[in-house]
Amino acid sequence: MARYLMGVNFESGVVDTPMEEWKPGEIQAHLDYYRALSQELRESGELVQSEILTGPDLAKIVTSDGTTPVVTDGPFQEFKEWLAGFQVFDVESEERALEIAARLSAVPGPDGVPTQQPIQVRRVMDDRIDDAEGMHEYLETAAGKR
Amino acid sequence: MRRYGDFDTAEDAVQEALLAAATRWPQDGVPEEPRGWLVQTASRRLIDQWRSERSRRDREALASRQEPPAHEVYGEDDTLTVLFMCCHPALTPASAIALTLRAVGGLTTAEIASAFLVDEGTMAQRISRAKRTIEASGEPFRPPSPEERPARVRLVLHVLYLIFNEGYTSTAGAELHRAELSDEAIRMARLTHRVLPDDGEVAGLLALMLLIDARRLARTTADGELVPLAEQDRTLWNSAQIAEGTAILDDAMGKPPLGEYRIQAAIAAVHDRAERAEDTDWTQILGLYELLEQLTDNPVVTLNRAVAVAMAEAPEAGLLVLASVDERLAGHYRLDAVRAHMLEMTGDTEGAFLHYRAAASRTTSLPERRYLSMKAAALRQGGTEPPAAA
Repeated sequence: MARYLMGVNFESGVVDTPMEEWKPGEIQAHLDYYRALSQELRESGELVQSEILTGPDLAKIVTSDGTTPVVTDGPFQEFKEWLAGFQVFDVESEERALEIAARLSAVPGPDGVPTQQPIQVRRVMDDRIDDAEGMHEYLETAAGKR
Repeated sequence: MRRYGDFDTAEDAVQEALLAAATRWPQDGVPEEPRGWLVQTASRRLIDQWRSERSRRDREALASRQEPPAHEVYGEDDTLTVLFMCCHPALTPASAIALTLRAVGGLTTAEIASAFLVDEGTMAQRISRAKRTIEASGEPFRPPSPEERPARVRLVLHVLYLIFNEGYTSTAGAELHRAELSDEAIRMARLTHRVLPDDGEVAGLLALMLLIDARRLARTTADGELVPLAEQDRTLWNSAQIAEGTAILDDAMGKPPLGEYRIQAAIAAVHDRAERAEDTDWTQILGLYELLEQLTDNPVVTLNRAVAVAMAEAPEAGLLVLASVDERLAGHYRLDAVRAHMLEMTGDTEGAFLHYRAAASRTTSLPERRYLSMKAAALRQGGTEPPAAA
């Protein structure tokens, strides 16, 4: 089992119109899709954490040399690159992680067309020591079982 | 099933018993004899079911024929059957592990969740799902048939090994429950060995676990940092456990055909036998890896054999063996780590540095990454290149 973080930014995929311009039914369908997918992945025991982040307006940058910290607004990266939200999954394999990411990406937009929003997939580092002498973990991946 | 001979009803009853265990154990606490309790509950529910189906006369006649057997007589055999069921081929390894720990290990859902770093709800879902999968498979509550048995035993051994590995590779700073996992795996392996004393691989797995677990205290520092085998304080090794593991292994070697677990246990035994790292009989280890390589077509075995070649013969010879798995293990951090070690042995510090750094950037284990970064940094001491980020 390995954990993967999946992040979504404000890149729109193939849908150019902002959500404020969608029809209410389309927004509902979009949210329902996420809701159903989250439910399914919670029930499978794979969804560990799900967060939607507040926007750049509330963001801060803090730097400190150990004395008084300096707090500014920012960072001032392009709006599209802002992390909008993330989910953490605990899955059997990278293949499964990518499968979930694909379903996240296919969330519907206007006219029910899949948005193809880019999903960034990051493997979470393990606190565990890799088993140096044992090989069964690798045996599984090598044989394509995971 | 042994007491009632009714396959379908017995299967339902076990499902209910597992469910009862899942709901009652968190509230009531784990009963002292979880295994016996599980079968007792299943029996009680069977009786409940029949009470509603039969006439009073039939019930009385039935009840008078039943005599509750002593715990010791049936406990372990039925526990093994539950273990076989939990390690069902339709389950993913993670599901089998969770269900086994719950139904056979007697750990609470919270304890299992904590050991696997997920929240209790997530783990409860996994376990429910696992039970539903077994239910859907229509598997009756009975030991596997003689034809099914070898494959099912292999599955059980694999799940137990994964549980052991999960507990053993956790760092010193982790929750107490992770050390309990290794202990639980050993306990279940002992049970399996008691019920299947003629199976050499079952004994081999038990021996392997004991021989590896014996080194546990020396393997990490108090902060969870990795201590490689060559640098471990061997006075911290559990010599009683090494003796026990070796004895079990010696006995198991006489039961052909030889399998992977016994060979791995033999390798562990050779390491455990050495008083100091420099006393290690690498030639014997090399021979054992050659044997293992014949049994499995696994490039990681070849990787380990390369290490043995480097130690028994010369690092240059080890590097030649590595070249043979370059393609199959491309991008795997351990290939870089082993190559780095061998290059360091030959005196190629530049090459070693590059491969330690590559390995550090590819590993998914934090303690490994710190260890590899420090190895790279040590080679760069006094140089202009900054060490890899820890």
